[in-house]
Amino acid sequence: MRMTRPVLTAIATATAGALLVGCGGGSGGGDGGAGADGDGGQLFVTLANHPWTNVVQDKIADFESETGIDVEVTVLGEDQLSDQYNVKLNAGATDVDVMMMRPLQEAKLFSSNGWLLPLDDLLADGGDDWNWDDFQMQTSVTTEEGVVAVPIVTEQEVLYYRTDLLDAAGLEVPGTLEELQQAAATIQQQNEGVYGFVARGQRAALVTQFSSYLYAQGGDWDDGEGTATIDTPEARAAYEYYASMLKDYGPPGVTNMSWKEASAIFQQGQAAFYTDASVFYNNMIDPEQSRIGDTFGVAQMPAGPEGSAPYSIPSWGLAVNQASQNVDNAWRFIQWVTSPEMTKEIQVEGVAGARTSVWEDPEGTSAFPEQLAEVIRTSMEDGVDHDRPVVVEVGRARDIVGGPVIAYLDGQDLDAALADAQEQYQALLDDER
Amino acid sequence: MADTTVRQGSRAGGAGPLAGLSAWANRNVKWVFTAPALVFTVVMISLPVVYTVVLSFTDARGSIQRDFSFVGIDNYVEMLSTFDRFWPAVWRTVLFTGVAVTVQLVLGLAIALLLRKPFKGQGFVRVVILLPLVATPVAVAMMWLLIFEPTIGFANEFLGWFNLPAQGWISDPDQALPTLIFVDIWQWTPMVTLILLAGLSTLPEEPEEAARVDGANAWQRLVHITIPMLLPAIVAAVLIRSIDALKTFDLLYATKGRGGGSLNEAETLNILAYSLSFEYNDYGMASAVLVVFFVIIVAACLALWQIQKAGRRT
Repeated sequence: MRMTRPVLTAIATATAGALLVGCGGGSGGGDGGAGADGDGGQLFVTLANHPWTNVVQDKIADFESETGIDVEVTVLGEDQLSDQYNVKLNAGATDVDVMMMRPLQEAKLFSSNGWLLPLDDLLADGGDDWNWDDFQMQTSVTTEEGVVAVPIVTEQEVLYYRTDLLDAAGLEVPGTLEELQQAAATIQQQNEGVYGFVARGQRAALVTQFSSYLYAQGGDWDDGEGTATIDTPEARAAYEYYASMLKDYGPPGVTNMSWKEASAIFQQGQAAFYTDASVFYNNMIDPEQSRIGDTFGVAQMPAGPEGSAPYSIPSWGLAVNQASQNVDNAWRFIQWVTSPEMTKEIQVEGVAGARTSVWEDPEGTSAFPEQLAEVIRTSMEDGVDHDRPVVVEVGRARDIVGGPVIAYLDGQDLDAALADAQEQYQALLDDER
Repeated sequence: MADTTVRQGSRAGGAGPLAGLSAWANRNVKWVFTAPALVFTVVMISLPVVYTVVLSFTDARGSIQRDFSFVGIDNYVEMLSTFDRFWPAVWRTVLFTGVAVTVQLVLGLAIALLLRKPFKGQGFVRVVILLPLVATPVAVAMMWLLIFEPTIGFANEFLGWFNLPAQGWISDPDQALPTLIFVDIWQWTPMVTLILLAGLSTLPEEPEEAARVDGANAWQRLVHITIPMLLPAIVAAVLIRSIDALKTFDLLYATKGRGGGSLNEAETLNILAYSLSFEYNDYGMASAVLVVFFVIIVAACLALWQIQKAGRRT
């Protein structure tokens, strides 16, 4: 049978109509409410690809069977995670309830955007067992809107050193910045193919690891009241020290190095000293990635004129999406996963948590070599609560304050670069007031 | 006759809303059939473009849901005058595209001419030459990043065999862009080759034979016969490659990260717009950059189209 033209057009019209309806209906489908598998409702949890996540993922089934809540977990790499939040939360998405995020990078921005639910009331009702007062680093998760995240992973900057190279040179572990510089020079001179020092040199990435040097010299990014302090003599000394260490004793191509590239140089046995976050200890000791597992040690950051002042911060926290439709379940999940018992279980797997009681418990530090546990404990006491400028626009600020290091490495005038960074950072601070 | 009457009768008898719709659809058949594609284009392409243009006239920052106000052409004025990362990014985009596409065209044409005549092992050679094309750009970027790693990479090892000094390659601010242009050439020359080979295979052989009889040498035949006849294919290859090269993102982002490196040494317009929106959450300025970028791409396409038209006329 041949179809006549009217019939064909009618079919086409119907198809087009169905397509249109389909388009309109598509977005409505995913919104979860109560009544999925279990009777406890649904919960969307977005996590970063991180050792903490690996431990927690294995235990989520326990939470599900205990509560009847159906937990849907999405795991993303660090950069993708941030981009996803930007896209999804901008669109007011409701398929994110609990979100793993970096408090110092994102808390102020996200909370000023109205994306994070202030947790103060929930924290107050947290109960004695859960006990919010047990958590360290509370200032780092507090914004003008209130407390917006519960810290889950903590880190400090530490000094990694090669025991064999120090022994061969007859040197002690450097305790001051001056000693570090001398030891790097000596070892580099004595060992062909070994660089004295390595650390991050990529503009934005270096900011966090440079911060402990800045604090040790008595400097900071600003005075906390809206005045930039990039061009102070203390800050200048820190910039000059860090940049010249990289220039004189660092590997080539250092301005392209974030932690991946820098730690690889140390793991390959090509550098004598490396300063970065304590969390990389596990990478150093892992024989699959590291050649120096038996010949390295870890120490507290060397002291400057103001003593040793490493950052000690919550690198990750859990927050709740303001647009979440499952706030009760979200809070229940956070309470469960940050409970003293779970915190201890996770920390026993080698992921440093934020609970004082767990750090005081000998079992809580059993996964850490005594040397590392000691360094972390003292760093927590002397530590500074931020490792980057505490502003809303952290991304822009990092590009600004990382600039002078890059300028120095590029052979430009440091003072001009500092003046430029001071001016730009001041403008950013003024803009945010 | 009776048959016809019955059919006519049944048609008339169906007069109702459905028949009205059918008649309407029949009158507007070209719209009905193109409706799905039109709707898709409007929703998925036009709306985002229009929204981007609207955003470019606002001071939207932080969150799109937050209040923002229209600031006229402020973003464009700032971008073109005081924003110190814009013009260098334009220059890098043009340089990257210009150099990469020119070299790709010359190499692609040379390889296509070599592969044109049948020879032993032709299939194998063609497959090998096309291999870079099928690899994913991010994997290619990671591979070259390792090869050009200044301390442990093969490139410096290779230079060492000839007692040449080690280079910084991708990690060196001055060498990063040229090195990345090289990688782009390595990956995309095969595509140009492929298009030109297809073009060559459709060319008639008579003009070239006639020229040979008239005593033209190989170079004269290439310049005066083959290339003019191949011009449509050449313009198509340049057009496709230029649009692609202007928009290059994966290679640059995978090797140099956000901002195109510490000194923004490999920051093209695409990378700049990404930084502005995802790193700085400055949607107004990011949109302005994208609008200008869009205009540049459209202008480039129109220019090439004009060349093709001019080529056809001669």
